[in-house]
Amino acid sequence: MVDFGGWDMPVEYPSSGGLVKEHLAVRTGAGMFDVSHMGDILIRGPQALDAVQWVSMNDASKLQEGQAHYSALLYPEGTFVDDVIVHKMGPNDYLLVINAGTREKDHSWVRKNVSRFRCHADDVGDYYTQIAIQGPKGEATLQKLTNVDLSQIKNYWFKHGTVCGLANTLIARTGYTAEDGFEIYVPSDVPTSERVWKEVTEAGKEFGIVPCGLGARNTLRLEGKMALYGHEISDTINVCEAVLDRYCKMDKGDFVGRAALEKVKAEGLKRILVGLEAVDRGIPRDGYKIVDAAGGEIGYVTSGSYAPFLKKSISLAYVPPAHSEIGQEVIVDVRGQKVKCRVVPTPFYKRAKKSTAL
Amino acid sequence: MAYPKDYRYTKEHEWIQVNGKTGLVGITDHAQDQLGDIVHLTLPEAGAELKAGEKFGEVDAVKTVSDLFSPASGKVVEANQSLNETPEAVNKDAHRAWMIKLELSNPKEADALLSADDYEKYIAEEK
Repeated sequence: MVDFGGWDMPVEYPSSGGLVKEHLAVRTGAGMFDVSHMGDILIRGPQALDAVQWVSMNDASKLQEGQAHYSALLYPEGTFVDDVIVHKMGPNDYLLVINAGTREKDHSWVRKNVSRFRCHADDVGDYYTQIAIQGPKGEATLQKLTNVDLSQIKNYWFKHGTVCGLANTLIARTGYTAEDGFEIYVPSDVPTSERVWKEVTEAGKEFGIVPCGLGARNTLRLEGKMALYGHEISDTINVCEAVLDRYCKMDKGDFVGRAALEKVKAEGLKRILVGLEAVDRGIPRDGYKIVDAAGGEIGYVTSGSYAPFLKKSISLAYVPPAHSEIGQEVIVDVRGQKVKCRVVPTPFYKRAKKSTAL
Repeated sequence: MAYPKDYRYTKEHEWIQVNGKTGLVGITDHAQDQLGDIVHLTLPEAGAELKAGEKFGEVDAVKTVSDLFSPASGKVVEANQSLNETPEAVNKDAHRAWMIKLELSNPKEADALLSADDYEKYIAEEK
């Protein structure tokens, strides 16, 4: 067990056979994650949309009821308070799913910044146990436990329905694994949470479902190049550096961080996030330095690991734009050993699109 | 997994099997279990001189990296480079997956290390 934002969480489950088995189960079958540590902020009121537009960078006016999108809360400097998934629950009702480690900071920051709008921003994280059921067999697993036709939920959409006998449960086709899957939000009392966990375990048995810990969650999201707060994004890294511009809608009207990002775009970047694949043997890990031929530091690795599905050593790193072209080689100082790495296209892993048009 | 009685063990979770002037060195089953899936090893070149307790390499698991320390002094005669093709062999059978073969400076040196029984008691306490 490790402490993760105040939560005791397993890195891996011995019963699953460890991190690699958990990772592969999600890519080829099904895996389940207790992600109750994720926080939830509900923004409600006549000006809820205006408030969401002001505090987050994506264009929430484009969301339909039942739809969600990736977004972020920014500081006036254009750097990250946190990244979030915004769900449009109703005309004046938005649910922001946030990270555990930043929960209190996020909530107080949102409260402060929406105070001029007619709405409430409530921390509702304690009401929910969030369980992620991920993998190509995630849908088949969850379908056994709900009356909602899951095939009708598109990626990044959600519905409410009965799950494990619990009425009005939020079922979202979202996740942090770069795989198809769902996240369900059930009441957080212990008997209910345990019962749902057991029922999902039973339902997934025929598909080889395994419980997955933080380790697999990290390697899965890394293969999919999904940002992790404190690594690829932080309060000192801006949106353009993190190459998350496509989720940042500069033309939607003003929002916190917009002015700074206009300036960043005009001035150009000093560093940019790239994907690296090791050419030499060796595994660059979080925090290792990128060096030039003379040994001078030119950047650093934000996340690096052996990738269990791709069977390669991959990492994400900040480097100067002059070193960011696909195919360029950089050197990572792996505990004193110089490991040559190549800039490669990202995401490292992309799941095959389903043949049925969703 | 049983801890061979004819091996000696360190508190850093290496084992050494002494045979005359030669010692084979690897990591314990407990160590591989703690590390999880091992994917890469950094081992020394033949000819390297090591002192007891000195770092001789690194073992990379998916979730972490750990240093390897020599249980005894001596010269590296051979490093088991085949483990770089099949690092998972360490997970499967840690007590056979030797990493370096040492020509021992003093074969008696290993007698001071933990016996199998003492090592098992040590890791039981560590938990």
